Amino acid sequence: MKAWLVHHLHSLRIALRRFQSAPLASLFTVLVIGVAVALPAGLYMLLDNLDRAAGGITPQAEITVFLKREADADRGQALARELQARADVASARFVSKQEGIDKLVAAGLSDITAGLPDNPLPHAVVVTPRDTSPAALQALGEHLAQSEGAERVLMDTEWIKRLSALMDLGRDLVFMLSVLLGLALAAITANTIRLQIYAQRDEIEVARLIGATDRFVRRPFLYFGGIQGLAGGLTGGALVALGSRLLERSVEQVATAYGAEFVLSGIDLPTLLALLALSTALGWLGAYFSVGQALRQVEQG
Amino acid sequence: MIELSGVTKRYPGGHEALSDVNLTIGQGELVFLTGHSGAGKSTLLKLVAAIERPTTGNIIVNSQNVGRLKRAALPFFRRNIGLIFQDHKLLYDRSVFDNVLLPLHIQGFTGHDAAKRVRAALDKVSLLKKEKVRPITLSGGEQQRLCIARAIVSRPALVLADEPTANLDEAYARDIMDMFRAFNEVGVTLIISTHDQSLITRYGGRTVHLAYGKLVQ
Repeated sequence: MKAWLVHHLHSLRIALRRFQSAPLASLFTVLVIGVAVALPAGLYMLLDNLDRAAGGITPQAEITVFLKREADADRGQALARELQARADVASARFVSKQEGIDKLVAAGLSDITAGLPDNPLPHAVVVTPRDTSPAALQALGEHLAQSEGAERVLMDTEWIKRLSALMDLGRDLVFMLSVLLGLALAAITANTIRLQIYAQRDEIEVARLIGATDRFVRRPFLYFGGIQGLAGGLTGGALVALGSRLLERSVEQVATAYGAEFVLSGIDLPTLLALLALSTALGWLGAYFSVGQALRQVEQG
Repeated sequence: MIELSGVTKRYPGGHEALSDVNLTIGQGELVFLTGHSGAGKSTLLKLVAAIERPTTGNIIVNSQNVGRLKRAALPFFRRNIGLIFQDHKLLYDRSVFDNVLLPLHIQGFTGHDAAKRVRAALDKVSLLKKEKVRPITLSGGEQQRLCIARAIVSRPALVLADEPTANLDEAYARDIMDMFRAFNEVGVTLIISTHDQSLITRYGGRTVHLAYGKLVQ
């Protein structure tokens, strides 16, 4: 157990010394990995924020239930109360004929309303749903259409569907980008390790000749790859944090312009930890393949 | 201890380095391997150390069939053999001490015990005072002695030396041969390849002569 620990510490020391011996090259590699990590991570963060922003808007999605002409205000108020009690309804408000006309007048359409002999508008109930996913809206809409006194249900869910599809597209994009740049990360590591192996060829050969196992030879390289991946992940995280700081102001301005309040949130801790674990693992993996290949080559002379 | 039967080694391209070699070397023997350059001395040593595999025939070392060893078993097989190379194969990025420590380290020895054994090995080759220097600052003879210290630090029962005295002047060569004899006296089996006839006549011991890949007795 103690020997095992000493071995690992020794490998770690060797790996760190290799960073030290080529600080500039290591820095650039870490930076490249950082950018490779920052791209999908940043996109993920933006998407996350967009999701939150969209979540803030969608409760305003409204479903209007127009009542039959013969249904009176009492019926409408009863329906509003009834709907209010439902779990999937955030609020239901009764809008009388008169209120409807007043709204039109307020909207500057008094020319038209003045010409009308009679108020042509029906009573209505405006429902704000709690769950704004397309499927939930669909279900609620169907229920509303069947409620007593309802004539017609007006529901503008198209834009929600579009937004939802766009978010899905964004998520797919993040996934694809992650896979591609993850591969790039492993390849970058494999390449730096390959260069190192080239410099360390004598050592590998001698170690093999005097009885070193593959594992013994591999270990410092694996540490190197892992540390490089970790450093790259940290750099990527820092880049995303920096980017979100830079964007913060303009996002705020945009939000204010739309009369909304929105604070851009950075990557949360679990996501950051997952990011670091992933970049470390990919660095390790790149090193593993690279050294494996080199060991086979040394063996063949 | 070592038994070669019908061993042939043919390299890609058709060159036959060894042809049908039969040879038995017992425990504790001191064997000189002689012959012109290209006679197959190095090849024979490489086959015994499992650095290369025979094309045909069997090589038994310590009752293990070397040609059939699995890749994963090679490291553990080689730990029982001390290898001394003509070109030393030292690592120039670390101290004399660390060069000798490497085999022990590979086998999992660390700490005080390992350091003690490294110093004992360095003492045997009279390099104790230079343990902190880099090998590049050592003379040719000292580098060869360092290579020997590295080969014997893990106390192998078998030592293979490929032209250990080739690039050394006579006084250095004699030093090194004296060391080998001392190892042999404590029971280490040694195979030393050389083309220095005067060395052999001075030290005696069994001589195995190779010519064009064939054993001449």
